[in-house]
Amino acid sequence: MNWTHSRKLVTGLFVATAISTAAFALPVEAATLRMAWAQDATGLDPHKQTAFSSLRLLELIYEPLVRLDTQLNVVPAIAASWEFAPDAKTLTFKLDPKAKFSNGAQVTPADVKASFERLLDEATAAAARSNFLSIESIDTPDAETVVFHLSTADVPILASMATINAAVLPASEITADTIATKAVGSGPFKLDSWEPNAKEVLSANADWAGGKLAIDGIEVTVLPDETAILASLRAGQTDFALINDPLVATLVPNEPNLQLNRISGLAYNVLQLNPSRTPMDNLKVRQAMSCAIDRQEIVDSALAGEGKVTGPLTAPAFAEDPDTLFCYKQDVAKAKQLMEEAGMSGGFTAKVIAANGEPPVAASEAQVLQAQLAEIGVKLDIQMMELSVYVDTWLKGDFDMAVAQNGGRPDPYPMYNRYFTKDGNLLQVSNFVDDTLDSLMRQGQAETDPAKRVEIFHQFEQHLTEQSPWLWLSTSYTYTAQLKTVTGFEPSPTGTLFGLTKVSIQ
Amino acid sequence: MTYLAKRLLTFPLILLGVSVLVFLSIRLIPGDAITAMLGTEAGMLTPDQRASLAAYFGIDKPIWSQYLSWLGGLFQGDLGISKIYAKPVMTVILERFPLTLELALLSMVIALTIGVPLGVLAATRNGRPSDLGVRLLAMIGQSTPSFVLGVLIIFVLSVYFGFVPAMGTFTPLFQDPLANLGQLIFPAITLGFAFAASVTRISRSAMLDVLSEDYVRTARAKGVSTMSVVWHHALPNALIPVVTLSGVEFGYLLGGAVIVEQIFALPGLGRLVLDAIGQRDYALVQGTVLFIAFNFLVVNLLVDLAYAVLDPRIRLGGR
Repeated sequence: MNWTHSRKLVTGLFVATAISTAAFALPVEAATLRMAWAQDATGLDPHKQTAFSSLRLLELIYEPLVRLDTQLNVVPAIAASWEFAPDAKTLTFKLDPKAKFSNGAQVTPADVKASFERLLDEATAAAARSNFLSIESIDTPDAETVVFHLSTADVPILASMATINAAVLPASEITADTIATKAVGSGPFKLDSWEPNAKEVLSANADWAGGKLAIDGIEVTVLPDETAILASLRAGQTDFALINDPLVATLVPNEPNLQLNRISGLAYNVLQLNPSRTPMDNLKVRQAMSCAIDRQEIVDSALAGEGKVTGPLTAPAFAEDPDTLFCYKQDVAKAKQLMEEAGMSGGFTAKVIAANGEPPVAASEAQVLQAQLAEIGVKLDIQMMELSVYVDTWLKGDFDMAVAQNGGRPDPYPMYNRYFTKDGNLLQVSNFVDDTLDSLMRQGQAETDPAKRVEIFHQFEQHLTEQSPWLWLSTSYTYTAQLKTVTGFEPSPTGTLFGLTKVSIQ
Repeated sequence: MTYLAKRLLTFPLILLGVSVLVFLSIRLIPGDAITAMLGTEAGMLTPDQRASLAAYFGIDKPIWSQYLSWLGGLFQGDLGISKIYAKPVMTVILERFPLTLELALLSMVIALTIGVPLGVLAATRNGRPSDLGVRLLAMIGQSTPSFVLGVLIIFVLSVYFGFVPAMGTFTPLFQDPLANLGQLIFPAITLGFAFAASVTRISRSAMLDVLSEDYVRTARAKGVSTMSVVWHHALPNALIPVVTLSGVEFGYLLGGAVIVEQIFALPGLGRLVLDAIGQRDYALVQGTVLFIAFNFLVVNLLVDLAYAVLDPRIRLGGR
């Protein structure tokens, strides 16, 4: 490069810097957290929303009776305490007398009752309704007490209540039918404004029973491209961000001003086989596929090492060492032998569906699986689909195999009863009915002794992996990234951003 | 009947055709507003719950009935209500349109300011190194996808200069011109880069044609200066294909530069329609596409009218 060119380049850079400094320098607002995410909330009704980003937003505005802490223990939220009757058919809550909605009204047992009645009303179309079907009636004997009478012993219902899909809403807003348009919760923040797919502005709720927050509020900006989120963090224009793509997350630690928060999530990556179609209806074929895959290699190649091999149970309280599960160590010889015993030594071709970008590693997972299964003659024809198309196809069970990332729960019962009990709502997706699995699920639902429940669900997991209707692969990490000037955030395996209540900005 | 009146009369017919196409095509995509909202959890709904949600989203009636109802509203100037924004579709569109219009204009200014002079330069120096240089630059411009250039610009700005344009929101021009320019200049450069390349190529080739015309030779023979020949005699005639290209491109840009708006997180029409498709907000998709089609028709009409101004030999609608 000669001097003239260098001088022009330097001048150009100087001018660009000058323009940019004038145009883009933003004042640092110490007390408002500037947050970014790629996907925005899709609605404000906590009983109807299931999208990850909707839950993350609504968890800051509303509260359920109980919530899960970062160790997945059930801890108080609106309810200060609770107790199961010995037969697990009655569940009594005492409400926190300090709990108030952001409009200043006290949270009362009548609000709790109205909220659960709304949840159970079919006209509400609440997806989580199926977790609360055992509720027979709700009593409100005094100003602090709510009693749930259950038709059957249902221990997992407590953990099911610890989600924002079971949020307590003001009875007055339910009557006024304003839940979808006006967010009045008892949570740590109030929603001041929401411009869908662009921006949310939250301010601290001074009436929150959990105490005073160290930040005045949160401004959430939707930046659809995660590399732009990283750039914004790098430039110090965003304080805190959600990251979905592991490849973007791995770049965060390279930046001296940024900190990556990484925690193993409950959601699991899985190759779902469709046992209603040949040859996946043959147990030996399913087992052969399970033996043929190298799960650790999938994590290393497709997830860039950002994940952990898992069995069906992902919650730490229930998870087993994956090495104790059926064929979790790759054994191609055994796989070939099983294929031969199944009369499928020539292999077969199957279509596998996967969603574009959901999870971000879906395509690479499918490709690694394709390469591994080719070793035993199973040829995968990968069909990538737009998410809504994929969901529609998946719900109809219209696939030979599906690369999926399914949400996890802290309790195995609500996590799997939908797929592997005889009256599960998603049997058309799993296409797998098994007496042993059904029986173990029901035992796990009724058992009140925590140690015995773990034992029951371990049997469930062992049997499930032996039957191999699906091939569980890995859990992914949940990521958030933040400027190092932000302190106090506690990530949770559920992905909740409730930890922002402890955040302060230096 | 004048040319203008004839053209205007075709508008409703074309828009009707567009309305049928967009109405059907969005419904042909598998999935609906319910699965878009609930994802895989939609499988947990009972038939009654699903029916209740279908009624809420207005997808419980037969398609022809939905279409007629929407068309009826259209004749009264009502594009429906967006389910995502809980606002009239027209309101949402008009909120987003200023950004898209400004981005389109800005990128067009950038493209024409760079493209036309470069094209003229290359044509007047045909076959010389500077011509080759311009052609190479134009080829690079045309073959660089906007998502590569956009990401590259953000990367360079954030890594080497420690800033990025304010993303996610839009500051209107009259509210804060500097902030507005700061937000739009880099997306406009990203968009204008490929457009400038096309303008350069078209300008060059049109100028080469015009420079070989008899009247140019005559002007030169009469001793008119090269500058005057190029800029006063040749350029106005060479601009007609540039106007055509600009019109078509501007029409596309008024539909929103989807990728650039996505990368720079600009809330324009392109992102609006993309989000609406993803979330199956039928009324919003239909209304926005119709609005874009209308813009396209208007721009094309203006381009045709501009021909007559640029070249008096062209008589629109005449024999």
